[in-house]
Amino acid sequence: MAETIRLDQALPVGSEGRRSGGWWGMLALIATEGSLFGYLLFTYFYLASQSEQRWPPEGLPTLFMPGVNTLILLTSSVFVWVSERCIQLRQLYWSLASMALAIILGVCFVVIQLNEWSKKSYDMASNLYGSLYFTITGFHMLHVVIGLVVLISLLLWIALGYFDHRRYAAVTIGGLYWHFVDVVWLFVFTTLYLLPYLYQDGI
Amino acid sequence: MRAPGMSIGRVPILVWGTLTASVANVFAVPSVSLAFFLLWLDRQTGTHFFDVLNGGKPLLWQHLFWMFGHPWVYAVVLPAMGIVSDALPTFCRRPLVGYSAVALSTMATMLLGFGVWIHHMFAAGLPTLALSFFGATSLVISIPSGVAVFAWIATIWLGRPVINTPFLFFSGFVILFVIGGFSGVMTAAVPLDLQLNETYFIVAHLHYVLLGINVFPVVGGIYYWFPKFFGRMMNERLGKWSFWVMFIGFNVGFFPMHVAGLLGMPRRIYTYAPHMGWSSVNMITSVGSFVFAAGILIFLVNVLVSLKRGVLATANPWDAPTLEWAVPSPPPAYNFAVIPFIASRHPLWEDRLNESESRSSLERGYLLMEGRETIGTTPLDGIPDIILKMPEDSYSPFFLGLFSSLVFVGLLLHWRDFTVLMAVASSLSLMAWMWPRKSLVQRVPDTEYDKGVAHG
Repeated sequence: MAETIRLDQALPVGSEGRRSGGWWGMLALIATEGSLFGYLLFTYFYLASQSEQRWPPEGLPTLFMPGVNTLILLTSSVFVWVSERCIQLRQLYWSLASMALAIILGVCFVVIQLNEWSKKSYDMASNLYGSLYFTITGFHMLHVVIGLVVLISLLLWIALGYFDHRRYAAVTIGGLYWHFVDVVWLFVFTTLYLLPYLYQDGI
Repeated sequence: MRAPGMSIGRVPILVWGTLTASVANVFAVPSVSLAFFLLWLDRQTGTHFFDVLNGGKPLLWQHLFWMFGHPWVYAVVLPAMGIVSDALPTFCRRPLVGYSAVALSTMATMLLGFGVWIHHMFAAGLPTLALSFFGATSLVISIPSGVAVFAWIATIWLGRPVINTPFLFFSGFVILFVIGGFSGVMTAAVPLDLQLNETYFIVAHLHYVLLGINVFPVVGGIYYWFPKFFGRMMNERLGKWSFWVMFIGFNVGFFPMHVAGLLGMPRRIYTYAPHMGWSSVNMITSVGSFVFAAGILIFLVNVLVSLKRGVLATANPWDAPTLEWAVPSPPPAYNFAVIPFIASRHPLWEDRLNESESRSSLERGYLLMEGRETIGTTPLDGIPDIILKMPEDSYSPFFLGLFSSLVFVGLLLHWRDFTVLMAVASSLSLMAWMWPRKSLVQRVPDTEYDKGVAHG
């Protein structure tokens, strides 16, 4: 290999995408946070399989609002991606608008989820299911809020003109985190809302 | 950053060990963090994860703990095994036998290490199927460990060993590794484990693996790299004394614990009736532990004496093959004046081994002289790829560390407002840290216009 390295050629300067430390750092963060959610869902399945309580205590969950909320979160991810593409295509205003829309959708998700929480007849301390439900969705909510802070920072930086068609590494890396938060939600949603339909024939 | 040419097949085994351990920690640590967090929730907010009265399961704690705990064992020992794989060959005057096999067995051990946690819970009343499966994986994990052991033995066998202090520590480690590994395989067998569970046999096993596999290589590694750290050699006569006293004390101290365990002495007791028949073995253990402590003391004295009066070390006192020995002892702040090019696993032994025509270039290479920069190489082949601008000194990581510690202080003392305030302060520190800076040149490189600053 060494014999093929040419010293007389200058190396390019810069870092973006897979060549930036932040990309690899974010992947490591995603790996460890993804594991955390994996262990959380393991905890859920373990306790659900061992429990003799009614599961979930209120019977099968309603799917309409959580389903709409899932779509909202996924759409938000799409707009973050669009925002990055717009920077690459030198459309800074569209990028700004797209990022703003992504944030609004993210906030909608938080508001709807808070409303879902308030409709529950139990809380964290009422029963085992409640402990699991609020810990898992709460953990996810925490990640969404952190993600929103990240997106708002990116919005600010786009507005301040920090990025251009060659300089957008922060948007790529911050966007990666937001996509991760969305993918995790799909696992949480499947576990808490869809799977009870499989192992329970309705109450 | 790796030196150009240092492809994944040319990195030292120690790097394989630390890489494997670090990757494993990324996946394993969240498990125990979660266990602590759930326990904290149980105690602070009245959730029911471990609360038996309301359907919680204490066994959940054991699962979450050992899903972390067992991979962690390998995270502790694999880098230490890497020290031996790199340093032992220096004293055998030949390259490690089976580099690829040892590197792969390092990864295989870690991978399997994620699938054996239930062998810590064989007596906890789990289904037979789980016991069989995890018993089998626990037996299988002895195969990659065996690969490493035979690689070390073959290296000693085929080499011309120089018997000095580091060599004694590394070869002594191989013996302890075999004993500790063997008692490990014994407890991997479910029926025998049910007999040995909670006895002193387990205490003997875990000391052989944690002290034998970690402490002996690390002490040997300190003897090996001490001249590189401080520019002075450690005293060889005290070194040999420290090894033999430690090695004899260790075995006299911990080997009888196997016997105590087989005689049925339980763990985690501080006293027992005089007629149990364990008195003699425990007396031998006590004597051994004092001898072992004396050995550690000799080592510590050697460190202090050698720091002051050790013989000044040359750049490469052991005539070792790897890159760190190419710079003066102790190394200058900039390490290498130019970034070297690597053509083999043993840059300093190339003329002797003559494995191929190509030679590493230690004198000629890239100069990075336009501010804070480092070189980026491709992950697998180590081909220089790009020049990365590095950040200047900054206080924000310090403040992030400070405020995030205070978040936990606030949680501990139930100071709610203080905790929230510190969380906000942490976020602001992080934002300041991550604030985009033009000087970091985080942009798509344009080879047409941005001629780099590399000079051959």
